[in-house]
Amino acid sequence: MSQATAEAMRPPFPAERGLDVYNKKLGMWIFLASEVMFFGALIGSYVILRFGAPGEWARPGVVLSIQITAFNTFLLICSSVSMVKAYAAIADGDPKKMNFWLLMTIIGGACFVGIQVFEYIHLVERGFVPSGVREGSELAELVAAGSLPAATMGLYGSTFFTMTGFHGFHVTCGVLSMLYLYVTKALPGKYSVADHAGIEVVGLYWHFVDLVWIILFTIVYLV
Amino acid sequence: MATTHKHPPYILIWVYLAVLTAAELGLAFELPISRNMKLLLLMILAIWKALLVGMYFMHLKFEKWNLRLLAIVPIPLALIFIAAGMSEHIW
Repeated sequence: MSQATAEAMRPPFPAERGLDVYNKKLGMWIFLASEVMFFGALIGSYVILRFGAPGEWARPGVVLSIQITAFNTFLLICSSVSMVKAYAAIADGDPKKMNFWLLMTIIGGACFVGIQVFEYIHLVERGFVPSGVREGSELAELVAAGSLPAATMGLYGSTFFTMTGFHGFHVTCGVLSMLYLYVTKALPGKYSVADHAGIEVVGLYWHFVDLVWIILFTIVYLV
Repeated sequence: MATTHKHPPYILIWVYLAVLTAAELGLAFELPISRNMKLLLLMILAIWKALLVGMYFMHLKFEKWNLRLLAIVPIPLALIFIAAGMSEHIW
């Protein structure tokens, strides 16, 4: 009976035919659609809070280091290119080249996270924390001198650490996923021209993370 | 056996992205343009970069229209959310 029900519920066409993509890729795209909504909510909240803030926002470059983050942005863009080169290499049937580019992507992503951690430590040392500015710190003196707006520093800190923190978490997940694929699939030579779905799917996730950072870099660090 | 397929010009896209990032960095410094103009230019550059990544690295340019629709359909929802939230400050 249950077998008959399962048979009746089975679609009358192969699952791949709908959007003309295989199921793993479709699953990743649906996940990414949910991620667009997740980051859309974070960025939307930031825009709303900043638009309705009770005063001016801190000017770019006073609290955050634009130069370091611009380098980090460039690093993430480079890792996106190396990821797509890994995909192109295995699509052309060159697993050695794929291994090289995948390793470059992992290193690039790990460096991005490392630099972000360094940035966080530096910011906290200067007194920039999620609740705003720590009393007695270097930034607290700037607030007292009027170089930073006291009224909005709490919002600034909470939105900055929430958005960049969640993005950093996504990058970390991406690096760990790629490392797992590199060790368990790429190095043992399990990817081929006929089967390299894992590389394409993790690549989609990685490019999405890069895409989100492009928007975050502009609205958080430059505006 | 390695075979070569026709791929998009990934390195060229990387150069575009690097140049656009440099342009954004230049705009971050004090320039003789209004704040609104700077904001507009920065947003155009960011969207341009995001489109390059989406179209070429995520291959949306080469996918069917219904998969592209799946990718972009949450964006209007986010914009509606922002507009609704901002209306609290306007009215």
